[in-house]
Amino acid sequence: MTIDWNNFTPWSSLLGGALIGAAAGMFILLNGRIAGISGVLGGLLRPASLAPGDSGWRVAFVLGLLVAPLVYLLFAAWPAVVVDASYGALVLAGLLVGVGTRYGAGCTSGHGVCGISRLSPRSLAATACFMAAGFATVYAVRHLFV
Amino acid sequence: MFAFLSFGVGLVFGLGLIVSGMANPAKVLGFLDLAGPWDPSLALVMAGAIAVAFLPFQWAKRQKMSLLGAPMQLPTSTRLDRRLVLGSVLFGAGWGVAGFCPGPGLVALGMGVPQAYVFVLAMLAGMLLFEGLERWRAKT
Repeated sequence: MTIDWNNFTPWSSLLGGALIGAAAGMFILLNGRIAGISGVLGGLLRPASLAPGDSGWRVAFVLGLLVAPLVYLLFAAWPAVVVDASYGALVLAGLLVGVGTRYGAGCTSGHGVCGISRLSPRSLAATACFMAAGFATVYAVRHLFV
Repeated sequence: MFAFLSFGVGLVFGLGLIVSGMANPAKVLGFLDLAGPWDPSLALVMAGAIAVAFLPFQWAKRQKMSLLGAPMQLPTSTRLDRRLVLGSVLFGAGWGVAGFCPGPGLVALGMGVPQAYVFVLAMLAGMLLFEGLERWRAKT
């Protein structure tokens, strides 16, 4: 294994991670809820089963995520966002992420950050599974089929 | 009140995704590519997030109410079942294909990145597909 020192950003990644952890921590302390993006979003897609008053905070949370880049722009220019995937691959990726996070009941935020922080065995298992599948997929795409 | 708070939390969460580098799919794939030149940055995103969130969640586990008096809604299931494993494997595969997971997809959409629109629309379609399959399963 070789380390990509040129792209390694330890301090900004730690700081960004701390912000994510602060957001998730604040949410459970104040709102009593898990800041899991797929769960927040998925709940909006079945309004029939939502209790009254259970959709406003979800919409607000998603809006916060969407507006974050504009707030970031007040302090600094956006970092590069480089997407190499073709449009066909993006559709496949989106479908897999959509179906998978709902069946697995969580994504990087709900299982990876919130779940591991509360030491949930389910979330530890889920995180191990999606990381392993991510490593395997990138290996297959970049090193087997080229 | 809770909607306002949720907006603020989503905002801080999104800023964290941008600052950390997770909003950039190329960087995410650099982390997932163990066999290429490996960029370990995202391990530090996880470490930083868990270091900060750990104590709040440990406290929350023992409470019935949040500090603002909302019911504490922590997941109750403890089953390691096929749904959890298969779902997470599908998610991880999709994550590896493009380098987007749900949060960064939404943040990149907020930046107006065209590929993020496609990804997020397909992700919403996938979630709706899940709802449809669940309803169909419940009927049969």
